[in-house]
Order: sequence, then C-alpha cells, then structure tokens
Amino acid sequence: METTLDLSTLNLAVVLPELTLIVFAILVMAADVFATPKNPAPRQWTPWIALAGVVAAAIVNLSVSGREVTLFQGAAILDKFAVGLNYIILLATGLGILLSVKYIPRINKQVGEYYALTLLTATGMMMMGAALDLITLFLALEIFSLALYILSGLNRTSPRSTEAAIKYFLLGAFSSAFFAYGGALIYAGTGTTQYYGIAQVTAAGLANTPLLYAGIALLVAGFGFKVSLVPFHSWTPDVYQGAPTPVTAFMSVGTKAAAFAAFFRVMLVALPFSYGAWSMPLALLAVITMAVGNFAALQQRSLKRMLAYSSIAHAGYILTALAGGAAEGADAALFYLFTYAFMNIGAFAVVMALEEMGAEDAMQDRAKGLGKTHPIMAFLMAIFMFGLSGMPPLAGFYGKVLLFEAAVAGGMIWLAIAAVAFTAVGAVYYLRVIANMYFADPVDESADEVNRSLPLDVGLAIAVAGTILVGVFPGFWMNAFQQSMALFGG
Amino acid sequence: MEFLNSWVLPIILFWPAVAALLIFITNDERMIKWGSILASLLPLGLSIYLLAAYDQGVGGMQFVVDIPWIEPLNASFALGADGLSVPLIFLTTLLSTLSIYYSAGTIRYRVKEYFLMFQLLELSMLGVFMALDYVLFYVFWEISLVPMYLLIGIWGGKNRGYASIKFFIYTLVGSVAMLLAILGTYYATGTFNILDAAAAKPFMNLPADQALLLSSLAFWGFFLGFAFKVPSFPFHTWLPDAHTEAPTAGSVILAGVLLKLGAYGFLRIILPTFPSTSAYWSMWIVALGAIAIVYGAFVCIAQTDLKRLIAYSSVSHMGYVMLGIGAAASAMGRNPDGTSMLNDPAVFDSAAMAINGALLQMFMHGIITGALFLLVGVIYERAHTRALDKFGGLGTLTPYYYGFFLVAGFASLGLPGLAGFWAEFFTFRGAFALVPLWAAFGVIGIVMTAVYILWRIMQSLFFGEYDSTKLDHWTTVTGEHADGPTDMVAFEKLTLWPLIIGMFVLGFFPMLVLNYFNSFSVGMLESIRTLF
Repeated sequence: METTLDLSTLNLAVVLPELTLIVFAILVMAADVFATPKNPAPRQWTPWIALAGVVAAAIVNLSVSGREVTLFQGAAILDKFAVGLNYIILLATGLGILLSVKYIPRINKQVGEYYALTLLTATGMMMMGAALDLITLFLALEIFSLALYILSGLNRTSPRSTEAAIKYFLLGAFSSAFFAYGGALIYAGTGTTQYYGIAQVTAAGLANTPLLYAGIALLVAGFGFKVSLVPFHSWTPDVYQGAPTPVTAFMSVGTKAAAFAAFFRVMLVALPFSYGAWSMPLALLAVITMAVGNFAALQQRSLKRMLAYSSIAHAGYILTALAGGAAEGADAALFYLFTYAFMNIGAFAVVMALEEMGAEDAMQDRAKGLGKTHPIMAFLMAIFMFGLSGMPPLAGFYGKVLLFEAAVAGGMIWLAIAAVAFTAVGAVYYLRVIANMYFADPVDESADEVNRSLPLDVGLAIAVAGTILVGVFPGFWMNAFQQSMALFGG
Repeated sequence: MEFLNSWVLPIILFWPAVAALLIFITNDERMIKWGSILASLLPLGLSIYLLAAYDQGVGGMQFVVDIPWIEPLNASFALGADGLSVPLIFLTTLLSTLSIYYSAGTIRYRVKEYFLMFQLLELSMLGVFMALDYVLFYVFWEISLVPMYLLIGIWGGKNRGYASIKFFIYTLVGSVAMLLAILGTYYATGTFNILDAAAAKPFMNLPADQALLLSSLAFWGFFLGFAFKVPSFPFHTWLPDAHTEAPTAGSVILAGVLLKLGAYGFLRIILPTFPSTSAYWSMWIVALGAIAIVYGAFVCIAQTDLKRLIAYSSVSHMGYVMLGIGAAASAMGRNPDGTSMLNDPAVFDSAAMAINGALLQMFMHGIITGALFLLVGVIYERAHTRALDKFGGLGTLTPYYYGFFLVAGFASLGLPGLAGFWAEFFTFRGAFALVPLWAAFGVIGIVMTAVYILWRIMQSLFFGEYDSTKLDHWTTVTGEHADGPTDMVAFEKLTLWPLIIGMFVLGFFPMLVLNYFNSFSVGMLESIRTLF
C-alpha cells in the first residue's frame, strides 16, 4: 500500500465545495467577533455571509461538476452522485438559513455560532456523499452530527429543546459506536476500509464472511439511526419537535440526504457482492419503517411530530430503492431527496409561521380554518401536503415513481406493492391537514397571527416553485441525477 | 383548418387552465361567475367542432399531438381522440358548462375557489379522455381527485369531511394499484404510449403460464384502478356518501363524467392491451356488473333520501356498463382449436353490440343522471331536505318540475323513445348472446328500476295531496321565505333544457353518438380478431 504522500494526487478540486463552506464558516465567526453591544451590525450580517457561502459553494459545485476524480488515495470521490448530493445539501442549507433569519435571534443571541455551525454541518453532510473510505465516512458523520447536537439544543430556555439535544446526542453516540464497530468488523473481515478494496476482496471470495456480515449488520444499524429507520427511529419525533423549527427543517432533509447518499454508496459500491445477504433485511426494514411511520403519523396532534413520522415513512420509501439493489436506485433516491427538500422544508416553514411566539410547535388545531384566515399560507401548505403525499403533477410524484421503479427493476415487485399501499395510507394524514385548513372553522379567532418575514417568504416561494416546477418539468432534473454513481468496475 | 386540427386538443385541454388563472386574479364575484360561464363555452364549442371534424370514414386516432415531455422517463405529451373519446369529450364540456351555469345561481360562499376548482376539474377530466401516454393519463387521473375532494369538502353537506376523505382514499387505493400495473406494462413493452403498448400485447411472448400470471397481475392492477372509479360492486361504497354530501353541480360532474373515467379505462386500456387475459377473467367483470345492476336497484328501493337513491341508481346503471364490457371481453378469447372466437360473425356482432351498449350507457347515463342530480338540487334548494317522506303532491304545485322529472325518470328506466332505452337494448342484446345466464339475472334490475323510479320517486314526490304540515319551512331558490313549494325559475330551466332535449333527440336518433362508438368498437374488435 502507498504510504508516502504524493502531492500530485492531492487534487483539492474534489473537496472544493466543502472547502468553500469552511472558509465562509470562518468568515461568519470572524464577523461575529466584531459585534459589540454598541455595534451589533456585524452579527446581523452573519446570515447573509452564510447565505453567500451557500451560493458560492453552489457555484463552485457547478464548476467542478462533470468530472469523476478520486482523491487522497481513494478516500473520497467526486462524481455526478457527489455533485448531486451537494446541490441537495446546499439547497436545504440555503432554505434553512432563510427560515432562521428572524427566528433564531428570538431564542438565542449567539447567532454567529449558529450560522457557522450550520455551514459546518453542511460540510460534513456533503463529505458523506463523497466518502469512498469507511474512515472518511466516519469523520464526515461525526462532523455533521456533533454540530447538529448543538443546533438542536440551541433554545436553552426551552426544556424541550434541551431534552431534544440530550436525546439526540445520547442516541447519536450509540449510533456512532455501532457505526465504528461495524466499520472495524468489515475491516477485520476484508482487510481494508476502502470501498473499492472491500468490493475487490468480496468479489474474489476472500472475505471472512461472519465478520463481514456482522459488520454490515452494525453498519446498517448505524445508518438506520441517521435516516430514522424503524426500529432505530425513536429519537426522531422528540428531536424534530423539540429542536428549533428551522433546525428541524434543515436537518430533516440534510441528515436524510447525506446519510442515504452514504448508505447507497456503501451498499452499491463497497458491498454489491453481498447483495444476497443485505437485500432482504433491508426490504423488511423498509416495510416496517413505512408501516410504523405512516400509521404513527395518523395519530399525531402536533404538526411537527406528524411531519417527523412522515419523514420516517419517507425513509422507508427511499429504502425500497436501495433494497432493490439496482444502480438506478441511487439516481431515484437523489431525485427524490431533491424534491423532498422543497416539500418538507416548505411544510416546516409553514408550521414555523403558525407557531405562537415562544412555542416550538404547532398543533393540528392551529391549522383549522387557515384557508379562511390566511388563504396564501393554506394554499402553500396544501401544495406541500399534496406534494408529500405523491400527488401528480407535483414533484413528489415522480420521485416516488422512480423509487418504486427501481424496486421493480431490482425484482422486488412485492416491495413496490407494499410501498404504494402505504402511500395510500400516508395520504390520509396529509389530507387531514388540508381538511383542517379548508373544511373546518378557526378554533380561536385571537390566535390567527402568523409570523412572516421577508426571508421566510422568499424561502416559501422557492419551496413552492420547486415543488410545482420540478413536478411539471421533471425531465431536466432526472437527467441531472441519471447514472450518477461511479460504481465499482463500472 | 389544418392548424386547428393539429392543435384543437391542447386548446380544449388547457383553456380551463387559462380560465382558472384569470379567475385567480379576479376578485369580483359577478365577474368570476359570468367569466367562468363564458370561458366554458370555448371548450364546448370546440368539442362540437371535434364531433363534426372527426372523420369516421378514416377512424382511429385523429387530432394527434405528440411532444417529448419527460425524456428520462420516456414519457411524452401525447394527445389524441377517436370514436371512443370524441363523444365523451363533448359530454364533459357540455356537463361542465351546465354545471358552472347552475352553480352561478346557487353558490354563495367562497365563490372564487369554487369556480377555480371547477375549471381544474374540467381540465383533468378532458386530460384523461385525451391522453395517449400512461404517465400523462395517470397525472390527469390523479389531478381529478383534488378538485372533487375540495368541492365535496368545502361546499358539501353536513357529513362532508368524512365523505370527501373516503372518496379520496378509496380512489387513491385504486389508482396506486393502477400505477404499479402501468410500471409493469412499461417494463414489458418499453413504452409509455398507450396505443403502442396495446399493439405490443405485453407479456404475450412469455411461456403461457408466466404470461398468464404477469398479465393477470397487470390486469387486476388496472382493474382495481378503474373499478373503484366506475364504481363496480363491491368497490362502490364511497359513492353514496360522496354524492349525498357533494354540492349539486359536483354530483352532476361526479356521476356524469368522473364515473365514466373508470369505464373509459376499461375500453381504452384493459381490453385492447390484455385481450386474452380479459377474456380469461371476463366472467368476473360480467358477474360484478350483473350483481351491481340488481343489488343497486334493490338498495335504491330501500332509500329514504332522494339524493342517496339517485346515487345508488348510478351504481345500478354503471352495472350495465360493466356487463357490456365483460360480455365483450368474454368473446376475446380463443376457440378450442386456437382460432379467435371473434371469427364467428355472430359473436363479433354481439361483442360489438355489447361494447356499443356499454358506451351508449356511459353517454346516456351522463345526461340522464346529470339531469336527475340537478333536479334533486332544485328541490333541495327550496325544501332544505331530501327525505322522501317529507314530500308528496308536488305534481300540481310545481308542474314544470314535475314534467322535467318525469322525462328524466322515464329515460332512466329505459322507456323506448328516450335515450336510456337504446343503451339497455344494445347491452342486453349483446350480453344475452354471449353470457345469457348473467344477462337474464341482470334483467331483474330493469324491473326494479321501474319500481324505484315510479314508486319511490314519482309517487313520493308528485302524487297524492300536498300536505303542508309535513314540511313547514320552504324557501325560494334564492333563499327567501316561501309559503310552499315554488316551481323552477329561469336559470334552472335553462340548465335542464339541453339535457331534456338530448334525451328526446338521442331517443329517436341514437345513431348521432352510436356511429362514433361503433367505429371504435368494431376497430378494436377487428384488431383483436386478427391477433391469432
């Protein structure tokens, strides 16, 4: 194995989007330092610096796209898949920042740290998709997880937010342990932590099968925590509910996208030759996840908890494409997560607007009569709900078609049948929100203030435009995510 | 002309979207109402043009538009119209215009949203009848759920929340099953084009047992999607609730057009694409159809709510459609010697008659039941109840209303000389030759139809002496107090006249629509006959 550092292989272009974000994260912190009680202006710039960082990273991302390079002796890769994930993460981060501008100063004065941590989270998430080595993967995972633990506990005066952070941290630490142990066992079974190396060893039949399979099982559990698969999901509703809503909106999409991207890459690039061992367990996990997520969401009175369980159900849908094992599954998942970013962050943005001052959640009752009192908010929420339920011609529909097509392509027809059946169950709770908004009368006339601000409106406009336009003209984006993953030997 | 012929379908299809946009930016209620009525006249006019311009001598798909749309999915924006869809497009635009006109007189709150939803509804229904691409078809199919869900949920009756979600979920369950069948068909044929997929006869190149299994899965997937919409017994339970709670114009569209989407799917997709498999399972379609006819009719007799009664009569009448489709499907198989059953001219004629009967029933039911639901709306706006035992003796007090109801009722029970007769005649003529026992069973339904129309409706509403103590609160249609039942006013008459005239005209000249349908059914059966 090559041990000397050859500078010519140090092609930093591969991580240039991530580096851009880190630079801007430092800028945010630097600006924050100059803020004094007398002159708070630099602190007020921080969201815009962070937003500029997101835009700059997107431009850099565009400039490095179209290549396929590996870096650091095969520890990271830049391919269409990584570039696609970067866009999704940057989209989620940008929308998250827009949602935060008015909200965060209300709950915590340390806004500079908030935006710096958000950018660092995004950096870690982007590295998840680029990782081509279990060690890189673990580092990326820890970078974004640690930052998220802090972000979810940002509202120090709220017991719920603190509870969310503690819960997330403890269970997250467990999942990291699973993850590290799984990686270690895979190393023990194959003698390498690099994806291509693992694939080579398993293809040649040289792996120690019991160790390898134990490692895969632990790795799946680790990913299961991060993407909230049942039975590793129990933190999700509590953290989603307790964390500040902009953080929830951002992490619900970002974590899911990053962890799923890494999940797909590990399974399809490093472990395709063990497909027979992991496909059926993943299919079963998908069914349980869809079942629990959808049926539990039916019971929720809190909008944020409902969206949390709905996100669990969506994790199940995405997992069907992975269980199918086809390479199209990775493209389908990327496209799906891209549409999910618009719809889910949009939905959280509306919930945020509905929250009363100081509360970190809104109940179903709060939506009642919204169609009369705030027709625009209700219309937006209806679009997001129909989108999440997979109603054409909105974006969510084509994502689901691609996911289930990938499951069918992998020969898992029964799984696709189960998935569409659960889609129908899911429609019930999305429709309930619509029914509350349009068919019911307002519960409390006095509580009909909604917290809007210009940045929030911009975020909502982007989210709704994406939900509708990607739905009506999905072709371009499907192309952008097509044949994205650089497969082993392919 | 050349230009119009190549773009007439997209113009009809997207005009409602333009209208919806205009409604969205208008705030004056009068302008919204009159604008909607005027806007709906253009698709109506163009669909009459379609009827005239469709070349029956050439037959097949005409006015075709095919533009690449979602290239990674191989989905294209493909529209076309043939003898099957042209009359149904006309029915859609006609009932939409009448419903919008009627609604302008009766809808009083959230006017803007209402008329916006109606335009979207028209768009989606037209899209289903025109789409030649599975993805496009599915998209319009699903869109049609949303405005109807909101129409029932916002402007519906007391139990509207329950009825609207039931409608939505039941139909959604069917459509997701259809989505899987679409994906399966796509994998078997490599195309999303409905006609190409039908020509490719998916799964038929596989070994016989595998072909039967896979094509049966696809068949049942599509079947569920369409059977929920028709609705076929036993998938009909959402319909009485949805109808009872829906606003009048919503019921008209629901019964008049939305139910036809399901039957249309059988004829556009299931029979041409899976002929042998349809023949294999045809007895299920026939049996469900015949049971629906009889069951629906018996349930009608037990109803005490006028609107619920008419709703169940739709279940019964759509049973005729299923019976006709199933009878024709039963003739699509092979004889023991491997030749097509349709080679026998007598079988071919009967199958064609069964399909024509089903299609006539779709069209006539749209007109007749549309009129019946409007007539229910007329009395409900005045009495604010639909309980049959609250009425009686209206015949002398509201003669105009009585006359209209009489014509529509007799058309519904199939009196010769009115539109409904031909539909039943053709359906049973075809079905008796192909599936005699089930057809004979279905005839019970015809008798029972006469019972519920004459005894339950006519007698309860119009016969006997008017008893003012039964119901003491009457209003006029505009909501002012009235001392008793008042007869129909101008806008109600104007809404109903075209339908009443249609019942007479088609009663005497069924060929006006039958010619279109016949060109479709003969063409389809011929292509299936020459398969083997």
